[in-house]
Amino acid sequence: MKFSKDHEWVNLDGDIATVGITAYAADQLGDVVFVELPVAGKSVKAGDGLAVVESVKAASDVYAPVTGEVTAANPALGDNPETVNDQPEGAGWFVKLKIADPTQLDGLMDRAAYEDYLKSL
Amino acid sequence: MLSAESRPGALTPVPDQPLKTTILDPAHRALKARMVAFAGYDMPVQYEMGVLKEHLWTREHAGAFDVSHMGPCFLDLATSGGDPEERHQAVASLIEPLVSGDIAGLKPGKLRYTLLLNEDGGILDDLMIGRPSDPKFQGRLYIVVNAGTKEADLELIAQAAGRAARLSRADDGGLIAVQGPDAADVVGKLFPQSRSLSFMTFERMPMEKRTVRVSRSGYTGEDGFELLAPTTAADDLWQRLLQDDRVRPIGLGARDSLRLEAGLPLYGHDLDPTVSPVEAGLAFAVSKKRLKAGAVRGAERIRAELDGGATRVRVGLKVLEGAPAREGAQIVEAGWAHLGQVTSGGFSPSLGYPIAMGFVPPAWSAPGTQLTVEVRGRGQAAEVVALPFVPHRYRRPA
Repeated sequence: MKFSKDHEWVNLDGDIATVGITAYAADQLGDVVFVELPVAGKSVKAGDGLAVVESVKAASDVYAPVTGEVTAANPALGDNPETVNDQPEGAGWFVKLKIADPTQLDGLMDRAAYEDYLKSL
Repeated sequence: MLSAESRPGALTPVPDQPLKTTILDPAHRALKARMVAFAGYDMPVQYEMGVLKEHLWTREHAGAFDVSHMGPCFLDLATSGGDPEERHQAVASLIEPLVSGDIAGLKPGKLRYTLLLNEDGGILDDLMIGRPSDPKFQGRLYIVVNAGTKEADLELIAQAAGRAARLSRADDGGLIAVQGPDAADVVGKLFPQSRSLSFMTFERMPMEKRTVRVSRSGYTGEDGFELLAPTTAADDLWQRLLQDDRVRPIGLGARDSLRLEAGLPLYGHDLDPTVSPVEAGLAFAVSKKRLKAGAVRGAERIRAELDGGATRVRVGLKVLEGAPAREGAQIVEAGWAHLGQVTSGGFSPSLGYPIAMGFVPPAWSAPGTQLTVEVRGRGQAAEVVALPFVPHRYRRPA
């Protein structure tokens, strides 16, 4: 699993990257009440808005950590947005992206580097 | 991520000036509150439970809120002596020209919700004005204004009072709201006399050797109290409240979602200097007698709007699909003609769906009217519903 400075995680399996937000991000947001996800087939570039996550008190953008095409959005988040808080780095995933260039993950942090980064905040 | 368009957080955070803190600041830090800037103060937006649970806890038990950033103050006649009723009339006559309500007619011990108006009848603030019950304190008014408008309000009131009365601030102490179905019992244990207060009355009550002003009022729609404690008693009072198992500390996040469900407007969001009492659905706060006499600022506009001349009115909206519609979201009709915009909105923890308040022309304001709200460029179905969204549970006199 790799991590972005914007607190997204990416897990690569073949050419499919699963993307979600980190436990730190979920905690900062508080109780998630709604997640707006892209439709399958949408192309996104790294840094583009990918999703919007709403807590009771605010709406926050989630950016694509890598470039790719959306192949799936997590259907469980429609009825159970709280899954993002309960299992942010597992069942609370946001989207799956088909990526052409796996080397783009090289620019992201591994877990140890991400944890150091959190300490620096 | 985390480029939050965060709420609550608006209302004039003064740049380059250090945030002010309330007297309970160390207590918030000890409770590991998450702090945010609000109206120039560093305030707890949530504690460890989080907004959703804090909200529900208040509806089911009792929440304690630090609202010491608000502007409690006293207006006292400069002269002493004289008949108590005449003294009340004299102090009321100083502030009444600024506000919408009947202050002269306040009975001893009563608190009134009223509006500070500009010459056009636009709302400069919503505030509470109380008349002490004690005959020896007649000629005094207890006033509580909003945090974001505090300095401007106090200046207006002091100007109106001139040399006839002295305005003294009480915002160095603690103002603590205790709200929820268990509030009466919690506060009753500390202040036995509080049990006999009904909604919108207040009284001075002793806590050991100190005096706390206890009012039966609040901003959640629940039964509850607001307690004004002097600097020497504020922290002690907060700790005593939290010692009760039924009480949890509640941050500004849940305060906002609770007042939204209760249909209560928030100054700077639902109310501003362009909005009139009639547009805001607050005509009840305008004295009919004073309006008839033309003694309320903007009387002509207010009368015309009461006669059907309003171009917009505040409504409640149930968002039927999709994301919460927050402040600034456009309200349109099915054909996409612009109708108005959302002034407060979010997810309702008690109801489990998004709700909002906003302004629309009167023809679109009847409950059941189907509208569309635009969230991030997408139309979502919404329906006008009666306010409040969640019924009030005030303790009204029998």
